[in-house]
Amino acid sequence: MDLITPDFGLFFWMLVTFTLVFLILKKFAWKPIVQALKEREENIQEGIENAETARQELENVKIKSDKIISESIVERDKLIRQGREIKEKLMVEARDEAEKEARKMVDSAKKLIEEEKTAAVNQIKEQIASLSVEIAERILRKKLKDDADQTELMNSLLDEFKLN
Amino acid sequence: MSLPDKMLRSLIILLFPLFTGIYASAAEENPLEEVKFEPGAFIFDHIGDAYEWHLFDIDGKHYSVPLPVILYHREKGLNIFMSHRFQHGYATYKGFGVVTDGPEKGKIRVVREDGTVDPDAARPIDISITKNVTGMIFAALVMMAIFLTVAKRYKRRPVSSPSGIQSLFEPLILFVIDDIVKPAIGEKKYIPFLPYLLTLFFFIWINNMLGLIPIFPMGANVTGNISVAGGLALTSFLVINLSGNRQYWQHIFNTPHVPLFLKLPIPIMPVIEVVGILTKPFVLMVRLFANITAGHIITMGFFTLIFIFGEVSPSFGYGGSVLSVGFGIFITFLELLVALIQAYVFTLLTSLFIGMAVADGH
Repeated sequence: MDLITPDFGLFFWMLVTFTLVFLILKKFAWKPIVQALKEREENIQEGIENAETARQELENVKIKSDKIISESIVERDKLIRQGREIKEKLMVEARDEAEKEARKMVDSAKKLIEEEKTAAVNQIKEQIASLSVEIAERILRKKLKDDADQTELMNSLLDEFKLN
Repeated sequence: MSLPDKMLRSLIILLFPLFTGIYASAAEENPLEEVKFEPGAFIFDHIGDAYEWHLFDIDGKHYSVPLPVILYHREKGLNIFMSHRFQHGYATYKGFGVVTDGPEKGKIRVVREDGTVDPDAARPIDISITKNVTGMIFAALVMMAIFLTVAKRYKRRPVSSPSGIQSLFEPLILFVIDDIVKPAIGEKKYIPFLPYLLTLFFFIWINNMLGLIPIFPMGANVTGNISVAGGLALTSFLVINLSGNRQYWQHIFNTPHVPLFLKLPIPIMPVIEVVGILTKPFVLMVRLFANITAGHIITMGFFTLIFIFGEVSPSFGYGGSVLSVGFGIFITFLELLVALIQAYVFTLLTSLFIGMAVADGH
């Protein structure tokens, strides 16, 4: 058969074979294959998207946790500061209270001392009075004996008082 | 086992007896010893089509697989018989005979009682299952076996990664879809054309590949035959033009941005465009036919060199065989590449033409 002369029989069978192969493969092979490839492609795309979303979510969570941590640090600092302030205040108050109390005690002590002093002075005054009376009594008694003695006694007594 | 699988198996079983009836016939009238070795005829016999599948010659006997001859003749009616009735072309049967020389060499014609061709008798319509048809059917069966198996795997586990034969063909399928069809036709419109273009690509590729294996039932020069290449080009022509939209036809019959005097009164542009429609598939046909045939001729050429040298002296033939086999292997590797490239080019160009036919206006 000539090389470049088309042959009807072969041409006919070629079309029949090709058409049959095309129809059979179209129904039983290409459709499921293309479908499956598309499905897989979508699946992979979905997986990538899911991973991206998960990554973003994780990032969000991280940002949130960072925020929470920094907030809690601020809160802690605030609490510590407040505590310190309270402590300071309490200490100042306590000191004031103590001072006040001390002053009060000192005052009352002073008052007591004053009273005691007044009482003592009074007592002294009384004693002086009684002594004076006694002295006077003794003088009087001595006077009865001798004037000179009396004077001498008087002087010695006065010296005594002066020494006291 | 799925239905297509069963169908396939029964088909193979049905076809198998056809291939087993290797027969031999003594060619006493034409003893081979007296025939001088003719490289040209030898090569062209191998790349051409035939009514029987010639395997080898031993001691002047041809060994061939007979193939069914199907003839319809106006007067003689339908005739179906196996090709060994012709005794490799030396005998006539039921008034038919194979033309031995002249421009119709190899064709079946009506013969007279004495065995000569009757030039006045009507030609029979010949739809015999020839060597190329057998090779093509075999390739079609191989193709269906491959892709039905692959499809079954996809159906069973659509989302998982490919395995086995599936992983061999998935890259090719994806190559056709993503690198040929999608860019050529466009993201939105390519899906309806996928089954045709995938079939086209793998039909050409598998036929090319099987044509390189010189063991029965492979090794027929199927895609290197002008009828097969022409048939493929015809399908491509039909798909391109049947999918053509308004823009496409407007471009052909009333090409925009072209001066009116090119369209009226003599329709130069429409004529050129219509010729263009026809040249596209014609070029596809010639390219495929020429490339594959050339490959077969070159390979055969290197092997005939052995016999040409052998005729000079046997030792020269043996020496030359080393060189010839080396070159033959080289060319065969080249042909492996050409097999894929031609399938690629045919599919790519068809896709591009479809892309032009369905493109939106610009």
